[in-house]
Amino acid sequence: MMSWFRTNALLDGKGVLGINRRNAEYMLPSNPRHCYPLVDDKTLTKQLAEKAGVAVPELYGVIEIQQQVRALPRLLDKYPNFVVKPARGSQGDGIIVVTGRFRNHYHTADDSLLDDHEMCFHVSNILSGVYSLGGQADKALIEYRVNFDPVFEAITYRGVPDVRIIVYRGVPVMAMVRLPTRLSGGKANLHQGAIGTGVDMATGTTLTAVWRNEIVAEHPDTGNPVSGVQIPHWDTLMELSARSYELTGLGYQGIDIVLDRDKGPLILEFNARPGLAIQIANQAGLKTRLEIVEHELPRLQGLADRVAFARERFAHARSINGAISA
Amino acid sequence: MGRTHLYILSGLLAAVGCAVFFHKLLVLGFPLKPEERTDVWRVEVQLQFNAAGGPAKASVFVPRRTGDLIIVDQNFVSPGYGIDTELQPGHGVRAVYSIRDARGTQALYYRAVIQPTRIRDETSRDPAPALQPPEFEGAQRVAAEGVVGLARQRSSDAATLASLIAKWLKEPAPGGEAAFLLGPQPTTRRIATVAVELIQFAGVPARVVNGIALAPERRDAKFAHWLEFHGDGRWRPLYITESDRAAPHQLLAWWRGSGPFAEVTGGGELDHTISTSRSYELATRTALNQQRALEKKLVEYSLFGLPLQSQALFRTLLVIPVGILLLVVLRNIVGVKTFGTFMPVLIALAFRQTGLVWGILFFCIVVALGLAARFYLDRLKLLLVPRLASIVIVVIVIIAMLTVLSFKLGLERGLSIGLFPIVIMTMTIERMTLVWEERGAGEAFQQGLGSLTVGILCYLVMNLRIVEHLFFVFPELLLAVLAVTLLIGRYSGYRLTELYRFRVLAR
Repeated sequence: MMSWFRTNALLDGKGVLGINRRNAEYMLPSNPRHCYPLVDDKTLTKQLAEKAGVAVPELYGVIEIQQQVRALPRLLDKYPNFVVKPARGSQGDGIIVVTGRFRNHYHTADDSLLDDHEMCFHVSNILSGVYSLGGQADKALIEYRVNFDPVFEAITYRGVPDVRIIVYRGVPVMAMVRLPTRLSGGKANLHQGAIGTGVDMATGTTLTAVWRNEIVAEHPDTGNPVSGVQIPHWDTLMELSARSYELTGLGYQGIDIVLDRDKGPLILEFNARPGLAIQIANQAGLKTRLEIVEHELPRLQGLADRVAFARERFAHARSINGAISA
Repeated sequence: MGRTHLYILSGLLAAVGCAVFFHKLLVLGFPLKPEERTDVWRVEVQLQFNAAGGPAKASVFVPRRTGDLIIVDQNFVSPGYGIDTELQPGHGVRAVYSIRDARGTQALYYRAVIQPTRIRDETSRDPAPALQPPEFEGAQRVAAEGVVGLARQRSSDAATLASLIAKWLKEPAPGGEAAFLLGPQPTTRRIATVAVELIQFAGVPARVVNGIALAPERRDAKFAHWLEFHGDGRWRPLYITESDRAAPHQLLAWWRGSGPFAEVTGGGELDHTISTSRSYELATRTALNQQRALEKKLVEYSLFGLPLQSQALFRTLLVIPVGILLLVVLRNIVGVKTFGTFMPVLIALAFRQTGLVWGILFFCIVVALGLAARFYLDRLKLLLVPRLASIVIVVIVIIAMLTVLSFKLGLERGLSIGLFPIVIMTMTIERMTLVWEERGAGEAFQQGLGSLTVGILCYLVMNLRIVEHLFFVFPELLLAVLAVTLLIGRYSGYRLTELYRFRVLAR
């Protein structure tokens, strides 16, 4: 019992954000309800981003009604590799990444083979709302499969690594890189077993990593060190995330960006309920940073100002006084 | 519209709730603990028949004061009917409901409030007993003489004679005289009737007594039968079944003799249901005795004013908020993951009917079989709604089979398994499969176990007698529950599970 109180006080002292506080003090007040559909439905998100001139993975097709499922194999025929995902999915559920073909089968990122029949069933399931929030009817998106930047090649097991940035009122406050592992089945979701590494907001280099609530230094499958990796296009990423506030209208959101080898940073999705594991990856509390933003916000004018502020204030402490902890 | 608003609102709610609570507790003297009330019983008879049109008359026996129990209050509810009571010496009191013109289904009510007496009333209001020896003929006469002769030989007085005869009839030797007199598979009523005939045959006045056992919350009470014989100048009871013998002070004698309970002329399809309940009459009467208008109204317009069946319903309804509050605490402060928001509370409600051990067992069996069926259905690649519908059907079939099976195995509890919330079980199975497929079996079991644990905890709290009593007698406490729930709605501290989740950050 005593240690509970101690942990509670320690976490509070570090400014760790709990789910109750995230919901009560950040999500509910700063995310207007009417903005949710924009980010919950990925087709709308894509339109929104395209209108604003932000790069997103190219949309190959949308399956909206059961009738269209029959035409699916013909549609997929044109593309050697692609991603099938529910428009209203959450937490990466229901996403199939097809990396190639093997005879009549689709070869997926987690190394299984699907035939046309199984693929159609999966899409039907998506349509009937199995993976959607609250189980409403849904759409299935067929989109470009990202050829991720070789910088993460050594520290990724299949799948596509992505960068998650938390943005509060237009100020990027915290970021992490999510690296798929064998355990996560090629998916970049921490609770499915992906690695999350913290990111120094000033430079865009990766810091320590967390895997299943433990601190790790190497990728469990490839054995390569995961920290100290420079994320390419970091300036663009910071700018993209800062712009997202005006784009979606959500005061507190998470942005998922993938780095394509040829096309550069592409926005995968916006998230109105971003998870809290990012704090473990960064070894830092979100609450402290959010409070700083809240306090300094009136001073900040325009996009460039917000980005500069974030880079200055949320630089990783260890890169300055790393000698002490080492 | 900040926190102040919320604090004022919850403060007001809690204050009003607590104020009414303490007023009722301290000024009106409502009992705080369930034990503090005396046993006061309410009995309600519903008489139904189909009137043919034209004059109709229904008569029904009503209870009278017995040695242990007095009828404090009784009333007849019967719109349009004239009511008369007539004393039938040696049998009881009959209430006669009559009407000039009635057609269609008629419902007549009789309600009584019954209380145990402190001073036993030994004097009998019945006339001096007249012996009416039965006419046995042929083989029956021989058998009766045999039994009575043996009983006379082995007894010393009327009491021992009567109890010997009763004992032989209760456990008749197969093929013996007693068994012959009783006939095949005798009911308690038959045993009592034959015993009375034999005791009278032996020259001791005796009669059948019909009554009900007073039990808390009985919706469909059945008549019990025992007998009385006259010895040493008064009537003495003799019970046939063990349960009646164990609690004679809870048996309310209704009428004597073997006449029917109710009769109707000018109609048909006569039917009756009797419900009994333990009542909080003491508290009500204390309040009423003060004769203050406001307080009288308070009692009148409370749940006590409702018919018994509705009272029983509200006893269950009013504990649900307690379960829900616990659920909110477990989810938002402890951080337990469950399938579906209120599923554990519904499971807990079902447990109230099945009992905890059987409930958990049935729940696990239904979910396990349902999961197996769901995994099989997965191969058929069905669309969502038909698939869910199929699982609902499978769940109902499983429940039906389990009920039949457990009944055949002699497990009474199995009968209440039908009360499991079928649709909720289905959604649980479906979501458990999805979690299983997406996150692995470990996570699925973790959440399933979480739901079950929360359900068990809710059951344990909701099933506390004190909780049920408190919220039924003081429903205003719900305002306080609401206040606490509202406050938790703005609780922004860590969940207990987060202390574990973020423990690496606490170093």
